[in-house]
Amino acid sequence: MFTNPTFMFIQVMNSFALGMNLFIIAAGLTLIFGVLRVVNFAHGAFYMVGAYVLMTTTNLIGDTSTGFWVGVVAAALVMGVVAFFIERFLLSHLYDKEHLLQLLFTFALVLIFKDVVKMVWGPLQHSISYPPAFKGAVDLRISYYPAYMLFLSVTGPVLAVGLWLALEKTRWGRLIRAARLDREMLSALGTDVKLVFSAVFVFGSMLAAMGGALAAPRIAVDPGMDGLIIIDCFIIVIIGGLGSLWGSFVGALILSSLTVFGTLIFNEWEIVLVYIMMLAVLLIRPWGLFGHPDEERH
Amino acid sequence: MTNRFQIYVLILAFAGLAILPFVGSRYSVELATQILIFGLLATSLNILVGYLGAASFGHAAFFAIGGYACAYFLTTLALPLVVSMVGAVLLTALASLVIGFFCVRLNEIYFSMLTLAFSMLIWAVALKWKPVTGGDDGFVGVAVPEYLSNYFNFFLFTLGVVTISVIVLMIVGNSTMGRVFIAIRENQTRASFLGVNVRRMRLIAFVIAGTFAGVAGTLLALYVRGMYPETAFWSQSGHVLIMVLLGGMHAFIGPLLGTSVLTLLEVTIGQHTEYWQIFVGMILVIVVLAAPEGVYGLVRSVAKRVRGQQDDDA
Amino acid sequence: MMMLEVDNATKIFGGFTAVNKVNLSVAEGETHAVIGPNGAGKTTLFNVVSGLITPENGSVTFRGEKLNKMMPHDIVNVGIARSFQRVNIFPRKTVFENVQVALLVHAKLHFNPFRQAAKLFRNEGMELLALVNLADEADRRAGDLAYGRQKQLELAVALAANPKLLLLDEPTAGMSISETKASIALIKEIVEKRHLTLLFTEHDMNVVFEIADRISVLHHGEIIASGLPDEVRDNEEVKRIYLGKD
Repeated sequence: MFTNPTFMFIQVMNSFALGMNLFIIAAGLTLIFGVLRVVNFAHGAFYMVGAYVLMTTTNLIGDTSTGFWVGVVAAALVMGVVAFFIERFLLSHLYDKEHLLQLLFTFALVLIFKDVVKMVWGPLQHSISYPPAFKGAVDLRISYYPAYMLFLSVTGPVLAVGLWLALEKTRWGRLIRAARLDREMLSALGTDVKLVFSAVFVFGSMLAAMGGALAAPRIAVDPGMDGLIIIDCFIIVIIGGLGSLWGSFVGALILSSLTVFGTLIFNEWEIVLVYIMMLAVLLIRPWGLFGHPDEERH
Repeated sequence: MTNRFQIYVLILAFAGLAILPFVGSRYSVELATQILIFGLLATSLNILVGYLGAASFGHAAFFAIGGYACAYFLTTLALPLVVSMVGAVLLTALASLVIGFFCVRLNEIYFSMLTLAFSMLIWAVALKWKPVTGGDDGFVGVAVPEYLSNYFNFFLFTLGVVTISVIVLMIVGNSTMGRVFIAIRENQTRASFLGVNVRRMRLIAFVIAGTFAGVAGTLLALYVRGMYPETAFWSQSGHVLIMVLLGGMHAFIGPLLGTSVLTLLEVTIGQHTEYWQIFVGMILVIVVLAAPEGVYGLVRSVAKRVRGQQDDDA
Repeated sequence: MMMLEVDNATKIFGGFTAVNKVNLSVAEGETHAVIGPNGAGKTTLFNVVSGLITPENGSVTFRGEKLNKMMPHDIVNVGIARSFQRVNIFPRKTVFENVQVALLVHAKLHFNPFRQAAKLFRNEGMELLALVNLADEADRRAGDLAYGRQKQLELAVALAANPKLLLLDEPTAGMSISETKASIALIKEIVEKRHLTLLFTEHDMNVVFEIADRISVLHHGEIIASGLPDEVRDNEEVKRIYLGKD
């Protein structure tokens, strides 16, 4: 099979498309960690909310392209609002507390969201059809390729560049980069650090929801879909480096490639390969490909 | 972390549990069995969380290893019960030594993530290694010996094993070693500058914690008569952490208390609605925000206020 | 043989050279002060000597033994104890428990999972506390003590390891004038009583000239003068850079 160029082409394209979808979600997680220093276990739950909101929107508006776009935006907005309330009234009280308390708080959110989703949408699986604009396949010479996957492949880099520009060129971006490095300094300079934190948490969560909405047509939408995506996100941000945007871009591609090609070679055991990769990074270079190490020896 | 009051509570609890099978319903005995098994798991985890201050999100891995090993030795290899259990515990101890060796080199958030990664690796192996673990169907049909196959005997057996384990853990907690664990938790740098090889002590704590999680695992395998990959999933580790936090991580009996409260809560809520997770989640949020010292911490500060004393810490 | 010899130590953080080819030697029984303005590299030097960070270059020798690859806990075990600029104790434990744990580590009891700790080292612990005038606060939460007394506690904790060399990083920082006087008198007394070798960093020049046998001056990571107090006091460069500002 490896000698079949058409087949390999499709696998490579799949890796990229998958990676780009993962990137959007992981970018939110790494951003939140970079600034708030909180590992958000509920990030997978936010992804799930995004998928469900998209589903409801397309059910309401109809299975049209408009429905789809509105759905994606709605997913981000709904999650943004919810995230705002979570951060403002709950999470912000935990910033100076032990890590364990922060982790358990986000874990509590996982439990709550799981049941909320079940209550609102029921426990069954749903599937969402591709938006009409991206149904079917595109002729790429070497092979036909699903239009939707191409769409996903494009959104990733677009978002990456957009985020990078925002971080580098805008005032908000500079504030966020500063907060990532030294938040004490930032507040000493008079910036409303609380506002920055809120904004980052909300934006990061919106990315997760958007990623979920975009992923929805490809996968089964059910109340359990958050359980493994969060691990994927962890793997990505660890490989890439907690807090690094390009790190999550590269990390996402590494994970998706490992998954796609690993399945080809190892079949069932590909999943073990992925965890071994995560372990390897944590053991050899715990701060990831694009992260920075600590100085002190213990 | 342990005081006379807690010891009295434990003695009382033991006495109550010892007579339970003679006076209580089968349901209550089964529930108590579950609480004992998970209570031991939570107490073992607290060696890391409460004493050492290390938030392990992968403790369920050792629970699973102990269980699967016991199931395998007892059923597939048809070894006697004691050999199977001891063998499983030794294997778990070895696993915790290997896994711990890597995990203790990292601090805080990276430690949590590495323990989580190892736990998911164990989950993945349990899921895929069909010939040994039964794969995603689980290891079904553990060959529990005749004398343990009724709930009455099994409860007393579990009570015995858990009681001995809890006593050992309490001795360790109050020992000079335990004091140093706490010192590491309080100020790792200062502990290092007392002359403590922090990494080595963390590994020792990790192995102790993992080993007793393995003991709990063997009991699980015997109780459920099967083992399933979900036992090693990261959310299971999270669930145990909730038990620790809910009861109070800075008191020895905290985890046991937390396990009891959480199990009873889940069972009670579960009788009225299928949506018990949201309640657990909300309670956890309240505890994290308002009562991070858990139930025991609350009881203690109330008692202190009643006696007009200042608040101190364990 | 010198008690401590720092030989050409260099430490670079990113692009910044914090300590540059520092040479320092401390004889047995000597009280040696390292002075210099903020950012001169004093704490970094201490961190190198005590094993918290590894120098790019150079070596540290203690009683003839090279300390280069050693971790902090090993260095403590060969006889060097230190205090920190920002007090480093166990704030939620009692004053007594702070010295108790130091004593039981020194006795290597941290490898014993069975020995019950509650009643151990009561006498030795109280003795240490008496030495630093904290015996009456033994059961108080360490974090509740006044800052100056926390520093005394840290001194007691350092002494519990029975060190030959004591490193004190700005022992009187943050103290009032009277607290400083008392603290210095105490340090002087302890150093004499226990025949300790003392290396300390300091800002307060009065303190330095009162107890130091020899002084080294650090500026931008380099030693610009080293010798007897009077020599250093008269050194032109030192006067210009440091003392001139007083």
